[in-house]
Amino acid sequence: MSLLTEVCLSFLKIGAFSFGGGYAVLALLQREVVEGRGWIDPDGFVNMVAIAEMTPGPVAVNASTFVGYHLFGLWGGVLCTACTLLIPFLLTLMISICFQRFQNNPTLKNALSGIRPAVIGLIASACVSVGKISLVDGYSLIFFGIALFMVWRCKVNPILTLAACGVMGAVFYGYVLPLL
Amino acid sequence: MRCLLEIFFVFMKIGLFTIGGGYAMLPVIQKEVVETKGWMSDAEFLDAISLTNSLPGPMAVNSATFVGYRTGGIPGAMAAVFGAALPSVAVILLVAAVFQNLMSYPVVQHIFNGVRPAVAALIFYAMIKLGAAAQIGKYFNWVVTLCGFFAIAVFGIPPIFVVIAAALYGLFLRGYVVRAVDAHGKGEGQ
Repeated sequence: MSLLTEVCLSFLKIGAFSFGGGYAVLALLQREVVEGRGWIDPDGFVNMVAIAEMTPGPVAVNASTFVGYHLFGLWGGVLCTACTLLIPFLLTLMISICFQRFQNNPTLKNALSGIRPAVIGLIASACVSVGKISLVDGYSLIFFGIALFMVWRCKVNPILTLAACGVMGAVFYGYVLPLL
Repeated sequence: MRCLLEIFFVFMKIGLFTIGGGYAMLPVIQKEVVETKGWMSDAEFLDAISLTNSLPGPMAVNSATFVGYRTGGIPGAMAAVFGAALPSVAVILLVAAVFQNLMSYPVVQHIFNGVRPAVAALIFYAMIKLGAAAQIGKYFNWVVTLCGFFAIAVFGIPPIFVVIAAALYGLFLRGYVVRAVDAHGKGEGQ
């Protein structure tokens, strides 16, 4: 199987199973593009998530464009995004066409009642693996604490939180740390 | 034709202004689709969100498909999805094109040294918030969450199998658990 086919299949899979929005898709992405495959290295993966958070659009779309571009250039980015969106698009279209029949459909409802708590487990595992990659020393733990305090206690917008930590990182690692 | 272009541009605008994704974009879509354009009622919009949200795929794209189909049939759905995805694809292509070069500057590396732990914090916070929304305290849902977590993080099982197993649990077993818990609760109440 050529690399292109393999990448396309991966993103079709990611799209088809991306229940529960942005953060849940990270576990799938990590499994498909980082672990084993090594299409993107772990640090690069977390950088990519940060970029996806700070730019417009859904994380899944941003990440597939990024990986596609990284591997195959411009059209790779477009193709991977198309693969990610194909199955959700077809499913939603099907359901839009026969909306009445799917509204309050018990099978869909039951399946989802099982998936919903499992998605939290997916997010937890994404959190642990991103934590393993990004929390490497005492300083990064302090940044983690500051960011958590900002979003949780002060309800600061996530994008502002990332930007603030970026500025603090530039000042701390560039100017303060060399003095210590 | 004008209608398709209109759908395309409305969703392009939505795609462009929804940074951070997820529920942050709901009010933006609602304002454009219900208030400004009057393409559907508030109630219809809510139904659409709850249904498209239960499917795989990004919420913005799914709701674009739904609204686009309602407004302009299958071509409308395609116009809406292209519109919603275009800004993020374009921006990421631009960023990705310069990213490798940027990463050779020490200051950019320092910025990302600060940003990476913040990403972990954001995911942690999302997990706490979404966990509360998913009612993991009810009907032993936390067992499903824990099983999912250990399957992926400890045993290295692909997340796809976890999603399938959880769907099967929801379809065939969860009903018994809910009934048992409810019956037990009643017994205690008497």
